[in-house]
Amino acid sequence: MALSGMRGLSVFISDIRNCHNKEQERLRVDKELGNIRTRFKNEKGLSPYEKKKYVWKMLYIYMLGYDVDFGHMETVSLISAPKYPEKQVGYIVTSCLLNENNDFLRMVINTVRNDIIGRNETYQCLALTMVGNIGGKEFSESLAPDVQKLLISSSCRPVVRKKAALCLLRLYRKNPDVVNIDGWSDRMAQLLDERDLGVLTSVMSLFVSLVSNNAEAYWNCLPKCVRILERMARNQDIPQEYTYYGIPSPWLQVLQRILMGTDVVKNVNKNNASHAVLFEALALVMHLDAEKEMMSQCVALLGKFIAVREPNIRYLGLENMSRMLLVTDVQDIIKRHQAQIITSLKDPDISIRRRALDLLYGMCDVTNAKEIVEELLQYLNTAEFAMREELSLKAAILAEKFAPDLSWYVDVILQLIDKAGDFVSDDIWYRVVQFVTNNEDLQPYAAAKAREYLDKPALHETMVKVSAYLLGEYGHLLARRPGCSPKELFAIINDKLPTVSYESYIDVEIQQRAVEYFELSRKGAALADVLAEMPKFPERESALLKKAEDAEVDTAEQSAIKLRSQQQTSSAIVVADQPPVNGSVPASNHLTLVKMPSQNITEESNVTYEEPPVEIPKENGAPVEVESKVENIPETNIESKVEPPAAHPASQADLLADLLGPLAIEGPPAAVEQNPVQGLETNQSPVGDLALATLEDQSNSVQIGLKAEWRAHHGRLVLFLGNKNTAPLLSVQALILPPSHLKTELSSVPDTVPPRAQVQIPLEVVNLRASRDVAVLDFSYTFGTSLVNVKLRLPVVLNKFLQPITLSPEEFFPQWKALNVQNLKVQEVVKGVKPLPLPEIASLFMSLHLAVAPGLDNNLNNLVACTTFFSETTRAMLCLVRIETDPQDRTQLRLTVASGDQYLTFELKEYIKEHLIDIPRVQAASPPVPVQPQLPPAAVPATYNDPGAMLAGLL
Amino acid sequence: MHGKKKNLLSAEIVSTAGEPSKPELTSATAIHFVLLISRQGKVRLTKWYNPYPQKERSKVIKEVSTLVLTRGPKMCNFVDWHGYRVVYKRYASLYFCMCIDAADNELETLQIIHHFVEILDRYFGNVCELDLIFNFHKAYFILDEVLIAGELQESNKKAVLRLITTQDNLVEAAKEEASSLRNIIAQATK
Repeated sequence: MALSGMRGLSVFISDIRNCHNKEQERLRVDKELGNIRTRFKNEKGLSPYEKKKYVWKMLYIYMLGYDVDFGHMETVSLISAPKYPEKQVGYIVTSCLLNENNDFLRMVINTVRNDIIGRNETYQCLALTMVGNIGGKEFSESLAPDVQKLLISSSCRPVVRKKAALCLLRLYRKNPDVVNIDGWSDRMAQLLDERDLGVLTSVMSLFVSLVSNNAEAYWNCLPKCVRILERMARNQDIPQEYTYYGIPSPWLQVLQRILMGTDVVKNVNKNNASHAVLFEALALVMHLDAEKEMMSQCVALLGKFIAVREPNIRYLGLENMSRMLLVTDVQDIIKRHQAQIITSLKDPDISIRRRALDLLYGMCDVTNAKEIVEELLQYLNTAEFAMREELSLKAAILAEKFAPDLSWYVDVILQLIDKAGDFVSDDIWYRVVQFVTNNEDLQPYAAAKAREYLDKPALHETMVKVSAYLLGEYGHLLARRPGCSPKELFAIINDKLPTVSYESYIDVEIQQRAVEYFELSRKGAALADVLAEMPKFPERESALLKKAEDAEVDTAEQSAIKLRSQQQTSSAIVVADQPPVNGSVPASNHLTLVKMPSQNITEESNVTYEEPPVEIPKENGAPVEVESKVENIPETNIESKVEPPAAHPASQADLLADLLGPLAIEGPPAAVEQNPVQGLETNQSPVGDLALATLEDQSNSVQIGLKAEWRAHHGRLVLFLGNKNTAPLLSVQALILPPSHLKTELSSVPDTVPPRAQVQIPLEVVNLRASRDVAVLDFSYTFGTSLVNVKLRLPVVLNKFLQPITLSPEEFFPQWKALNVQNLKVQEVVKGVKPLPLPEIASLFMSLHLAVAPGLDNNLNNLVACTTFFSETTRAMLCLVRIETDPQDRTQLRLTVASGDQYLTFELKEYIKEHLIDIPRVQAASPPVPVQPQLPPAAVPATYNDPGAMLAGLL
Repeated sequence: MHGKKKNLLSAEIVSTAGEPSKPELTSATAIHFVLLISRQGKVRLTKWYNPYPQKERSKVIKEVSTLVLTRGPKMCNFVDWHGYRVVYKRYASLYFCMCIDAADNELETLQIIHHFVEILDRYFGNVCELDLIFNFHKAYFILDEVLIAGELQESNKKAVLRLITTQDNLVEAAKEEASSLRNIIAQATK
């Protein structure tokens, strides 16, 4: 039986087998192809037998992996041959060599159709098989009706009808319209009465496909399906030929019986057959969402499976456990098998380890996160490269989501980097930097850990980066520990840095940095600001989760991730419902901050503020909740280094409301906040020039008022603390957290405020230089048993230190020209400006203490303003501002700002820009004067039940 | 090709004699492609049920062979591959691989492979790799009777064998007819 029956073909195959190397084989193949090509060119002398032989040779060569780019037409033309042997070869080789998009196929559609509707059964079979295997859309449109006819024809034998069924399935997949549902569902029901199991098998495949697209339409077939199942399950009426190792054509059987009765037996094939049925039954149980009893039975069975010797069953046991996790509430039962699943992570078979990893990932929650993640870390030591990236990503995600405490999270990530640095993507270490930056408590710990790792002789590049970052920012917190003086830290980091690969040429890199440092050193006072600690990062969607979603994962896993992220939307760690702006962290390079101008946007507190109260996720609540409190304490001075202000029009509006409204109360700790919307509205109510916040708890009420007086770069403020209760406020503490550009001095605060009394605390402010950062008052007291702590933003904003000045053209123009120096005069086209008529822009400018000088610019669409800025470094400095508007498009304008100090120019420009991008909702009719009148107490309708409130901008 | 004959099914624990087989059929198990690869990585049969372009096909073959050939004997019969699952089984020196969706029934696919091998075995009588090399076209004929559109078409081995025998007879008959025709012509033109 070893010979092909075609001598030429056998000889050729032997020749190929006798080739000693690839080169010989290629020569032999090329020779043969050349021969075939010549023979095909002169088709006249070619007998059908020879044609057939050549076509087989072509297929053989093609299978060997060589390109066969000719002879397709000859192959296809064999389909039209009059005799069976050639026709057969034509059909079969065509369906192997060509795919459905090949143009030659179009040529034979007619021949194929004639074979299908013709009387020759063997030709029908050949045609149906080829169309079933490679039929495309065109075949679908022209042949579907004929194929349907064959399928339901009573005169056709089963061999034709079963092929017709699968052929129709292919055509239906290519174009679902070819099956007209109305008429077809009854036909389908009839087809299910089929006694021939071969036909029924094929019909069933077709049926499943039809039903999965439109289950409703085939509802009438349901009883028949059940009957077929019953027949199979009870082994009734099944011809001997259709049993497989004694199991009747096993479709689905009665669930209970299968679940109880299936056991691992010795015969592998029988085993496979019965288990294949079992897993279908399991799928059905999951689909039906059966009662808990049966679910736990299933899990118990799977639990047995994952411990057996047969690797297929172990694999499928793990996989089906993962599937069960998705659809049903069986996590707790599955957790009982955790030890065995962890053992599977050490299975010699990578396929099984993958399933175990998927399952562990899916079943992880706060209760077992520590154990699972630590196992994953251990496994990382031995895991093959193919799995490491997925493994580290999953470990990082679990650590982030279910961390019982943040220091553990830091430990895990640092271990990850240490063990598998190559596989730890940048996203992972950015994330840890974010957490550390946003959690003060964590900073000393993280810095100490980073320091420990630096003692290792060999470090991964990523570890050097993350350690350098952490020690750069928080190294000072370790100053008193041995080996942690700034000098020592520098030495050790400097020692490791050469191992880090720079993205560009080292020379250029050094030059660039040198220039940057030099520029930086010339910034004078601004240097301190640049070197200040990194501000907190805004909460964003975890880049890791996103990545995991994007990654190529199987469907089950994808839905697992989806499920997880749904559970997580309300947690503070992974805030998914915020617009993910600039997904990653700006800290990709610790030198970046040199280049980034600081621009303070108070948006973050606003944003958190609008978030609904943090809900406690059911199963993993406790630790997450703790974090969310930490995360959500409203903080001002958020420097957003990556987001242009325009990216958040909404928060811009809030910002303006804060500044122009006399009083803004905002951003209480989100965890307790109950009425955010009303809270926002209070922002907008204009209440003269007073500043006042009323903090009300159910039981206590405190008023905080403010009066301010400004002169040049000095400000004299008085804080009023009014206790409206009948009990005293105890352990009163007030603390000013000044941004680096302000020097503040708060007089001592009395420890107690007696009932129904008011205390006044003077506060001195000195402006050192221009900045849009805002000072924060950290105020706390004890009332009864409860400790109240609030952070209030003080209305010490940039324009407090501006004094409008009117210049004549003779004074203005020389100055304007003199400032034609880069960075001193800065021009920017501002887009997304709220369209305003020019007079309104003028009054906005006046409210910002910029004196509009009419007549300086001849163009009526332009506007020029002057002001004097006061600070300790700049003293009185003249600032000139010009905007040019476009009457055609009021949403953009060109803004030019000039002053004698580049830092001031930049800050003032940004400050004005912030106000232009959206207009204040409360357009103060009369610009307030710098010196505020006294007297606080006109109560703002404070709607808070919570004492967390913020006090802000006051013009 | 003589004496090196190694039966594909010899490794099987079970004798298949007298036990007609029937792999079960369940949900829409669309098999995306079938590959037969020798232990040396030589391709013995390829069948694509999805329209893969030529280049893609070579890439797939390379990837799947590397994946499958490197696996040890005691491992399970499933490998993940680009979100799909390759179900494979080794018979003597040949690996039979079928690619399915991750959600499909792996064991069922394994049964289809075994079903196919059993038919080959009966047709060739103790099939070995050499049979499939020199008669690769027969393997294609048989596969086309087992699968269409990536779906199981016939689970009755005898039915498949009967059809293949009929086809062989048709070819033989045509051959005889041709040769007798040739004889007639030869004699007439003598």
